[in-house]
Amino acid sequence: MTHIPINVTVDGIEYDVEVEPRRLLVHFLREDIGRVGTVVGCDTSNCGACTVLLDGQSVKSCSILAVQADGHTVLTVQGLAEGEHNWHPVQTAFKECHGLQCGYCTPGMVMATVDLLGENPNPTEIEIREGLEGNLCRCTGYHNIVKSVQYAAELMGGTK
Amino acid sequence: MTETIATTDASPMGRPLRRKEDARLLHGQTNWTENIQLPGTLHMAILRSPMAHAKITHLDISAALERPHVVAAFSAKELGDLNGSVPCVWPVTDDIQMPAFPALAVDKVVHVGDCVAVVLATDKYAAADALDAIEVDYEPLPAVVDMEAAIQPGSPSVHDAADGSHGTNVCYTFPLQPQGPGAYEAAVAAAGDNAVVVKRRFINQRIIAGAMEPRAVVASPMGMSNEMTIWSATQIPHILRVLLALVTGLPENSLRVIAPDVGGGFGGKLQIYREEILAVQIARKLGRPVKWVETRSEDMVATHHGRDQIQQIEIAATKDGKFIGLKVEILANMGAYLQIITPGTPLLGMFMYPGIYKMDVYDFNCIGVFTNTTPTDAVRGAGRPEATFAIERIVDELAVELNMDPMALRKMNWITHEEFPYTTSAGLTYDTGNYEAATAKALDLFGYDALRAEQEQRRASGDPVQLGIGISTFTEMCGLAPSRTLGALKYVAGGWEHCTIRALPTGKIELITGTSPHGQGHETAWSQIASSILGVPVDDIEVVHGDTGRAPYGMDTYGSRSLAVGGQAIKKAAERLVEKARIIAAHQLECSGDDLEFVQGEFRVKGDPAKSQPLAAVAFEAFSAHNLPDGVEPTLQAEATVDPDDFSYPHGTHLCAIEVDTETGKATIRTYVAVDDVGVQVNPLIVEGQVHGGVACGIAQALYESVEYDKDGNLLTASLADYLIPSAVDLPSFTTDRTVTPSTTNSLGTKGVGEAGAIASPPAVINAVVDALRHLGVNDVRMPASPENVWRAIQVAQGGAK
Repeated sequence: MTHIPINVTVDGIEYDVEVEPRRLLVHFLREDIGRVGTVVGCDTSNCGACTVLLDGQSVKSCSILAVQADGHTVLTVQGLAEGEHNWHPVQTAFKECHGLQCGYCTPGMVMATVDLLGENPNPTEIEIREGLEGNLCRCTGYHNIVKSVQYAAELMGGTK
Repeated sequence: MTETIATTDASPMGRPLRRKEDARLLHGQTNWTENIQLPGTLHMAILRSPMAHAKITHLDISAALERPHVVAAFSAKELGDLNGSVPCVWPVTDDIQMPAFPALAVDKVVHVGDCVAVVLATDKYAAADALDAIEVDYEPLPAVVDMEAAIQPGSPSVHDAADGSHGTNVCYTFPLQPQGPGAYEAAVAAAGDNAVVVKRRFINQRIIAGAMEPRAVVASPMGMSNEMTIWSATQIPHILRVLLALVTGLPENSLRVIAPDVGGGFGGKLQIYREEILAVQIARKLGRPVKWVETRSEDMVATHHGRDQIQQIEIAATKDGKFIGLKVEILANMGAYLQIITPGTPLLGMFMYPGIYKMDVYDFNCIGVFTNTTPTDAVRGAGRPEATFAIERIVDELAVELNMDPMALRKMNWITHEEFPYTTSAGLTYDTGNYEAATAKALDLFGYDALRAEQEQRRASGDPVQLGIGISTFTEMCGLAPSRTLGALKYVAGGWEHCTIRALPTGKIELITGTSPHGQGHETAWSQIASSILGVPVDDIEVVHGDTGRAPYGMDTYGSRSLAVGGQAIKKAAERLVEKARIIAAHQLECSGDDLEFVQGEFRVKGDPAKSQPLAAVAFEAFSAHNLPDGVEPTLQAEATVDPDDFSYPHGTHLCAIEVDTETGKATIRTYVAVDDVGVQVNPLIVEGQVHGGVACGIAQALYESVEYDKDGNLLTASLADYLIPSAVDLPSFTTDRTVTPSTTNSLGTKGVGEAGAIASPPAVINAVVDALRHLGVNDVRMPASPENVWRAIQVAQGGAK
C-alpha cells in the first residue's frame, strides 16, 4: 500500500516518517515510535483510553488517522511530565485521591482532565462528570476520579 | 504524594498510604502485554463464526496464504494434533455433560464468535485483511438461546451426544438439601395456616466483565534454553501455566507465564482461553513469536460472559415474620462450551441464598443449561451476586406480603452478633459478623426516616417523580478457598497461597507473592503487611508477582482471595524470616534468642538497649556467612504456603435512594450508602476504592448493562456502542464507611473486599426502584432497570400495553 510522508511532533520530538494512509494515530504512536503509554481499549471510540492532546485539544487517537496529524503536535501522557521526579498536577492529584486502580484508562483519563481543566479551571462535579463522559473506567466507579479532578483544579490554582 | 514511612516507628498497617504502583501508571511507563514487540513476531488474526449454530460444509484457507505479509494460516484441519482442547477444571457432578471444546472449531460452530481459522502475518493490519480471503460455507442449524426452551424435549441441541445421537442441553443437575429431600415442604406444611409463602421468578441477566484492557497474549519459543515464554493479560499466570502444559503436552518446566501489567480482570481474565492455546501451539509449530491482541468487538463475543440465571425462589415465614425456609430452583446458562469453571460458577452462590438469615430449612437445585451463546464463567462475584439478589429481593417482597417494614423484617431474622460462629441452613459456619452495627451506621449516614417522609409526601402529591428506598443487608463467602472444601466440590485444584520473603544483603526486601494483581494495589498493601512485621520501610520492600519464573508458586487472584489467603502467607513468611534472623542476631550479640526482642526492625537485648542489631545487618551476615552459628544455612529468606481454615465472610448494609420518573421510566440514584465490614483493613484507601468499583459494577448491572441476543443467537450488544458500560455521568458519588469485626479464622483478621460491592448493590438498587413504584402495583422490575424496562413494568401493573 502507498505510504504518505508526514511530519509530526510527539512529546517534543519531531518525526518525519511515511505511514499508510489508513494507519490510526494510536497505532503510529504505539507501534511506529514506541510511545506505548497511550493504549487502546475499544474499537468504537467509546472508551477514551487512547486520548491524547492534538495541538492542545483532547482527541481519541483511535479515531483519527496518523496522516491527519501531519504538521501538528501531539502530547501523550508520557510527555506530560517527563523525568523521574516530574509530576503534572493532574498526575499528582490522581495519585493523592486514589483516582486509578488498574491504570489502563488512566492515560486517557489524565489527558482528558488536562483538557477539561484547560477549558474550565473550576468545574463543578456535574461539569467534571460530563467533561469525562467519553472516558470509561471499570475500576473506580469514577468517585475518586471526580475527587482527583477537583483536587487537580485546586492544585492548578482553581478556587473551588 | 507518597506518605513515606521515614522511620519505622509506626506500623503502616491500617494507614491510607498512597500507592507505590501509581507513579508508573500515571506516567505511561507501563508494560501491558500489547506493548511487547519481539523481533520476528507474527500477528494472529482470528476468523470467527458469524452464525450461532451451523455446520461448516466448506473451509479453504489457501487464498489467505497468497495475501501480502501472510506467513501461515490454519483451520482445525491444518492444525491437526496441535488443535488443543480448552479445559474445564470443575466437573461438578459425576454425570456432567462435558462436550469437546476444540481451540479451532471442527466441522461445526456453536456460538457467534466461535473460532474457525487463524491467519499469521508479519503485520497486524495485513493479518486482519487476509481473513477476508478465507472461504467458509456454513449450513445453518437451528439455534437455541432461551434456557427454558433449551431444556424442553425436542429442543435443538447445542452438542450431539457422545455417540452422535441428539444431545441434551442439560449440562448437569445439582441439588443441595442440607436438611434432606422434602424437608422444606414438610416444614411449610407443619406451619399450617400460620405459614406465608411468597414466590418470585427473577432473571439475573447476562453481563460482561468489561476490563478496560482487552485480552492479549504473546507466546515466544525464543526464550532461554528450551523455554517457551508466554505473556498474557491474565489474572492467573500460575494456573495458566499448569493448564497450558496439560493442554499442549509441553513440559510444564519449560513454560514461563508472565502476567505483566494487567488492566483489570473482574473475572474475565480468570480463564484459559483458546487464543492462548493457539498462540502457544502456533509459536511452537512455526518457531517464531506469535502475538494476538483482542479487539473490543472480539471481547464482546469471545471473552466469557457472566451471570445469566433464571431463578424460581420461594420463601416461607410465619405470619409474624419468622423465616421458616427457602426453596431455590435456578437455570444457569453455561453458554455453548464449558470454560475453566463455567459449571461451578452458579454453585459458588448455592450456599449464599440464605444470606444473613436464620431459617430452619433450605432447598436448592441448579440445572446448568447449554445454549448457542458465548460461554459464561466467573464475573466479579461469580454466583454470589445472583444469590444475594434473590434473597434480598424476596425479603422485600415478603415484607410487603406481611405488611412489615423491610428493615424490621430483616432485623427479626438476621443472625445477631452474639450468635457467631453460626452454622446456616445451607451448612456454612460464619465466623463473625455484626449486622446490627453495620446497619445502624448505614441508617445514620442515609437519613432513612427523612427519606421515608419525603417518599410519603411525593406519593400523596402524586409527583410524577417518585422516590424509592432499597435495602441490601448482605454477606458473601470469598477468600477462595480451603483446598479440602474445593476437593469435596470436585474442583480440580486447591486454594492455598504462597509467599517467599528474602532479606537481601543491601537491606532491601524482596517479597514474592503468588497473587497476581491487576489493579488491586498488592504492591502497596503487601508491603504494608511485611513492613509491619519486619520493621523495614514500605519503600524498601519490592513485591514480585505475576511471573512464574520469578514467583513460581501461587494460585493467583480471583474470588476476593488475595488478601484473605495471600495475606496470611505474607504474615507467616515474615514471621519465619524474623525467627531465622533471631538465631543469627543472637549469635552476633552473644546472647540467647530468648533474650532478644524484635522492635522497629532491629533485635535488641532485653534490658540492654545499647546492644542491638538491625535486620539489614543480620541479612548481610547471612549473605557473607563469615560467622554464622553452627547448623544455620547462609542467606536470609523464608517462605510459607497457607491453606485457609475457612472461607471469608464480609458483610455490610447498602442503602439506595432512587428517583424514578413514572412518565419516562428513568431511574436516577440520589443517595447510595455502603457500610461494609471487611474485617481488619490493611489500607483503607484501597479498601474504599474496591468498594466504589464493586458498587459501580453492581449498579451497572442493576440499571444499565445487559448482554442481549436475538432468537437466532446473534449478539445484539456486540460493541461498546451497543453495550452500556456506565460513564461518570451515569453514576453518583457514594457514601462509604466501614465497621470492623475481625475475622476469627484469619490470622490477620482480614476478609475479602473485591467483590462485596458488586454482590451487595444490585438488590439495593432494584429494591429501591420497586419501592418507588409499589403503590402503582409494581412488584418487580427486570434488570437492567432501564427507562424501557421501568416504563413497561408500570404499564403492565396498570393493565396497559406490555
